[in-house]
Amino acid sequence: MYDLDWGVVLTHRDAFLSGLWLALRLAAWGLGFGSLIGLALAFARVSGSRPVSALAAAYVEALRNVPLLLLLFMIYFGLPIFAVKTFPPEIAGKLILDGSTSAIVGLALYAGAYLGEVFRGGILAVGHSYREAARSLGLTGWGVARYVTLPIMLRTVFPSLGNTFISLFKDTSLASAIAVPELTFATRELSSDTFRVIEAWAAGGALYLATSFAIALILRAMERRIRWSV
Amino acid sequence: MQVVWDNIGLLLIGLRSTLILSAVTVVSGSAVGLLGGVGLLFGPLPVRGLLRAYVDIVRGLPLLVLIFFIFYGLPAIGLDVRGFEAGALALSLFAGAHVSEIVRGGINAVPKGQIDAAKALGLTFWPRLAWVVFPQAAPSMLPPWINVVVEMVKGTSLVVLVSVNDLLFAATKVAERTANPMPLYLAAAALYFVVNFAISRSGAWLERRLSYG
Repeated sequence: MYDLDWGVVLTHRDAFLSGLWLALRLAAWGLGFGSLIGLALAFARVSGSRPVSALAAAYVEALRNVPLLLLLFMIYFGLPIFAVKTFPPEIAGKLILDGSTSAIVGLALYAGAYLGEVFRGGILAVGHSYREAARSLGLTGWGVARYVTLPIMLRTVFPSLGNTFISLFKDTSLASAIAVPELTFATRELSSDTFRVIEAWAAGGALYLATSFAIALILRAMERRIRWSV
Repeated sequence: MQVVWDNIGLLLIGLRSTLILSAVTVVSGSAVGLLGGVGLLFGPLPVRGLLRAYVDIVRGLPLLVLIFFIFYGLPAIGLDVRGFEAGALALSLFAGAHVSEIVRGGINAVPKGQIDAAKALGLTFWPRLAWVVFPQAAPSMLPPWINVVVEMVKGTSLVVLVSVNDLLFAATKVAERTANPMPLYLAAAALYFVVNFAISRSGAWLERRLSYG
């Protein structure tokens, strides 16, 4: 029978905690860059220009129907060889990314596709009258987007941004497959080094659960506190 | 591109495992989810508590952690599982938790008057559920369910990490052998895309059909 020994988890707590911290950082960077991609996509979708809008829609469809792990493999394993074969060395060198950077790029590209749809919904939810009022005040297209649509839209999409962060935090576990020492990687190492399989995965899983639960609580509190009126 | 055509057979073998695993996962996950959703709403208190814990824990964990937990954990307590079985079990549990929430929400959204009317007609619990509640809940459950199906097809790619010969595994192995990964990854991406695009399109078609009825 399997005897539980939780001491091994405590002696390795530093690896767990640094893994957790790395996972949170990866998710935060992914959300940051993903939001920029998402914003660009959303404004492209509502730009009124058919080719631009179709291109953005194609990006969203493509990314949403392909597994994230495949995307990470493409960036981490595929891109360096592709770059060396295609580009001169000085450019190719810049495209050989380490594990963490690959993970951030992959998460951002992936989250961008989802956030593009979220932001598009947010933009469409901004009433026509706001834009018309801004126009009549003399704001140009860029000014309307920057000073009117964007701030109002960010308020409506805040809950979705929070949920995306939690999903991204869970998705960072895939980075363990490209040798990023985040939480899943640390757990797997402990599990295979000590054969304390059950304890390791229970502890790793509990950390994921507790953290995503805590993030959700913080987000709910923020949503209640910042009672935005539009 | 030549490297893809030379190895298309291997990719298709991988695709076949991906499709089989997806089908197993969706069928068993939906069965678990149906029972889970009904149990969450109408079960006795201990059952409701257990199901709530199952749904919340599984939905709060990364799928990969669940797969590793089962793949490494079951052998540790003396149950021998191969990658495919561990993957299928983990994916089914994962899908089951998500479908449970969908079923719960869908049933909850059916107007109470419908249930009262069914009671007045003398229908007992299961016939009421099967002939009155479920048909009315189905249209609202369909879009999120299709989403889960697409997520599960994508999720099957994680079993590559427990050495199951799925589409991503085939692409990775051929890429390692030919030292030319990009075309193979793009081919795998195209195959995943075709499968998932077909699923979401047929879902949208079904949705239109149901909303007319």
